[in-house]
Amino acid sequence: MKRLLLLLPLVLFLGLVGYFAVGLRHDPSVLPSAMIDKPAPDFALGPVLDGVPGLSSQDLKGQVSLVNVFASWCAPCRVEHPLLTRLAREQGIAINAIAYKDKPEATRTFLAQMGNPFSRIGMDQDGRVAIDWGVYGVPETYVIDRQGRIRYRHVGPLMPRDVEEKILPMIRELSK
Amino acid sequence: MRLPARILAAAGLATLLAGPAFAVLPDEKLADPALEARAREISQELRCLVCQNQSIDDSNAPLARDLRVLVRERLAAGDSNGQVLQYLTDRYGDFVLLKPPVRPYTWVLWFGPFALLLVAGAGTAFYLRNRRSEAVQAAAGLTAEEEARLQALLATDAGDGAGDETDGERRR
Repeated sequence: MKRLLLLLPLVLFLGLVGYFAVGLRHDPSVLPSAMIDKPAPDFALGPVLDGVPGLSSQDLKGQVSLVNVFASWCAPCRVEHPLLTRLAREQGIAINAIAYKDKPEATRTFLAQMGNPFSRIGMDQDGRVAIDWGVYGVPETYVIDRQGRIRYRHVGPLMPRDVEEKILPMIRELSK
Repeated sequence: MRLPARILAAAGLATLLAGPAFAVLPDEKLADPALEARAREISQELRCLVCQNQSIDDSNAPLARDLRVLVRERLAAGDSNGQVLQYLTDRYGDFVLLKPPVRPYTWVLWFGPFALLLVAGAGTAFYLRNRRSEAVQAAAGLTAEEEARLQALLATDAGDGAGDETDGERRR
């Protein structure tokens, strides 16, 4: 008993080491979403690009889809754009978008330069709809299930690894 | 060089009147001072999610500005302070509150220090009581066995002393 008690500081120390090891790997700028498993907020945003309809909460029902929140002024959005394009073209995933706090002309120029992978784009000029989604920066990408519920949020630019390890398995699971 | 008292007084008054700088811009303010005061109070409790350790009242981030405007709109629409905070936690989670609420997952945060104090206090009390009982034992006297050993040692000591005396006598 006495012997075991002597080991207590070591055990506490190892516990702290474990705690810090986990804490150091945790990125404090990535916040959990409060909207997970909740229906996407009620909204209706007008179109910005000719031939591409706007986006409303009704459009999110009926199929598994991604919603990408982007802006032409956001550099990481340019980084992830080719990957979104590949997802839409090669994997046939429905990707909708919210254009966040941007001038419509700037959004149009951005999409003309980078190509448009989005089935629908809603123009959120004052960022109010994004606040309802709990968006706190661009880009953010949401996985939406058939019932129009938010199932996952990715903060920051999508990287091939995020897509392989998280987004695609999730979409496969939800599409069953 | 002597400054006129009037200039000094003006400078002093200006220093006294200068408040801390906030990020709230004049065009965001509500006309009703009571509502504006409540808006300020709420804004100081809300975290700017972009900068994370500033309140939206202090932050210059565009999102903080949007949230300040939103808070004022909710207040103008007749929401209570609690309803405004709820509106934001519904969207951004508890992290948007600078003061974490007491929930099962924040129990460690709120009660952890007291639990640690309790454990440390119990440990100290245990240690002190142990030490005292050892001291009491020492003061309580000797067991029969120890008494016998002590007498034996004293007897040998006395014998040595006698030997010393003889030595002395011999030298003399």
